[in-house]
Amino acid sequence: MKFREKALIMDETAIRRALTRIAHEINEANKGVENVALVGIRRRGGPLAHQLASQVESIEGIKPPVGVLDITLYRDDLTALGPAPIVHRTEVDFDITDKVIVLVDDVIFTGRTARAALDALMDIGRPKRIQLAVLIDRGHRELPIKPDFVGKNVPTSRQEIVSVLVEEIDGENKVVIEELIES
Amino acid sequence: MRFDRRKDLLGLRDVSREEIEVILGTAIPMKDIIRRDMKKVPALRGKGIITVFYENSTRTRTSFELAGKYLSADTSNLAVSSSSVQKGESLKDTLKTIEMMGPDVLVMRHSCTGAPHYAARNTKMRVINAGDGINEHPTQALLDMYSIRERKGTLEGLKVAIVGDILHSRVARSNIFGLSKFGCELRVIGPSTLIPPDIEKLGVKAYANLESGLKGVDVINVLRIQKERQHGALFPSIDEYRELYMVTPEHLALAADDAVVLHPGPMNRGIEISTELAESSRCVVNEQVSNGVAVRMAILYLMLGGGRDEIAG
Repeated sequence: MKFREKALIMDETAIRRALTRIAHEINEANKGVENVALVGIRRRGGPLAHQLASQVESIEGIKPPVGVLDITLYRDDLTALGPAPIVHRTEVDFDITDKVIVLVDDVIFTGRTARAALDALMDIGRPKRIQLAVLIDRGHRELPIKPDFVGKNVPTSRQEIVSVLVEEIDGENKVVIEELIES
Repeated sequence: MRFDRRKDLLGLRDVSREEIEVILGTAIPMKDIIRRDMKKVPALRGKGIITVFYENSTRTRTSFELAGKYLSADTSNLAVSSSSVQKGESLKDTLKTIEMMGPDVLVMRHSCTGAPHYAARNTKMRVINAGDGINEHPTQALLDMYSIRERKGTLEGLKVAIVGDILHSRVARSNIFGLSKFGCELRVIGPSTLIPPDIEKLGVKAYANLESGLKGVDVINVLRIQKERQHGALFPSIDEYRELYMVTPEHLALAADDAVVLHPGPMNRGIEISTELAESSRCVVNEQVSNGVAVRMAILYLMLGGGRDEIAG
């Protein structure tokens, strides 16, 4: 499948500003971050959670613990896909029980990834509360799930693809909309 | 060939290095799940696994069952010794009967070489060989490879000695097929009557003397003396075997400094391995059991976790 970049949605500065605002919102919503931990959803939620944790630290002087969640084994579309997708490790090396966990992902679309992440998270402990932070909300929800913190709302068509690029994986921070030109 | 597109896992002879790497890599997050308080993920919900063992087993059968359960598959065991097999039902009819009950995977052990291959050809179920006669025991070799890699960090280029009854050992054969794909220097050590005469064709060096075979090796895989397969007089007595081939801490001193010792179990302590060595921190026999569950979870997930449409066979 080939894709063509259709529009730049956010550049590096816009992403940084959005994460700064979300960091403030997390701080405000939880009256401080003493009991907050961030858990990124693989893959790009991981680096975003780390970036967000640094933003929180520069505001509050406390760096919340950061973990990474692999949701492959919790997906609801495993048997609808082709071959079994590669499973990676979940790396949450702190106890999530009684903490406020902010799940972090790059894009929320159908909500199915967030649903899987909720299940995966609850299997490793019992958080006091779970909140959801996303850089992009592109609409088209299929489940009753709504993020608590959103970087940018981007109305899209189902044929379009929203790609979030992060420094740690892609070498740069930006968000673009792509469209399929041939399948 | 991608491992997850295979219908069956019958032996490591025809499984590529890349496929083995995917299995061993997938077993790492699976091992994390075994260590959690909540040892269950929903990946294989609605899948059925049946184990059919025509030979005795403690760890292989139990670890397949637990591996399936940890992934939310339904697992069941056909107790061969109390089944219609004892009334004379043929293997083909037994297979058809099982198939009609709907499981997705048949895990099979049989004393006859090639029985799982026959099953694979004659049923739509996926078949995993859990040991066939003196041929292969691929999941044992994979868990051995996982255990070695976990301790040594790599498999590449290691010197591995397999000690004991090579002639009757499906564990040895599967290890040889698997490890040779990673450039390991392989040695087999045992009485010449228990080493197949053409073994060196597999790229393996044979030693009759334990001490010279163990010099400088990174891994010692000690095999069980299989009393059930010793029909001829292939070695004079258990006492003589112990005298010449029992691996002890003194032998470990001949190997590389951080060498590890494996044993597929069950151990005959004081025959092929001394109790002192079996209890030492360099012996990973207990870790092998945990790793066996993780590796079998990886195999079941890779075979059953995706959709069926793109799968060959």
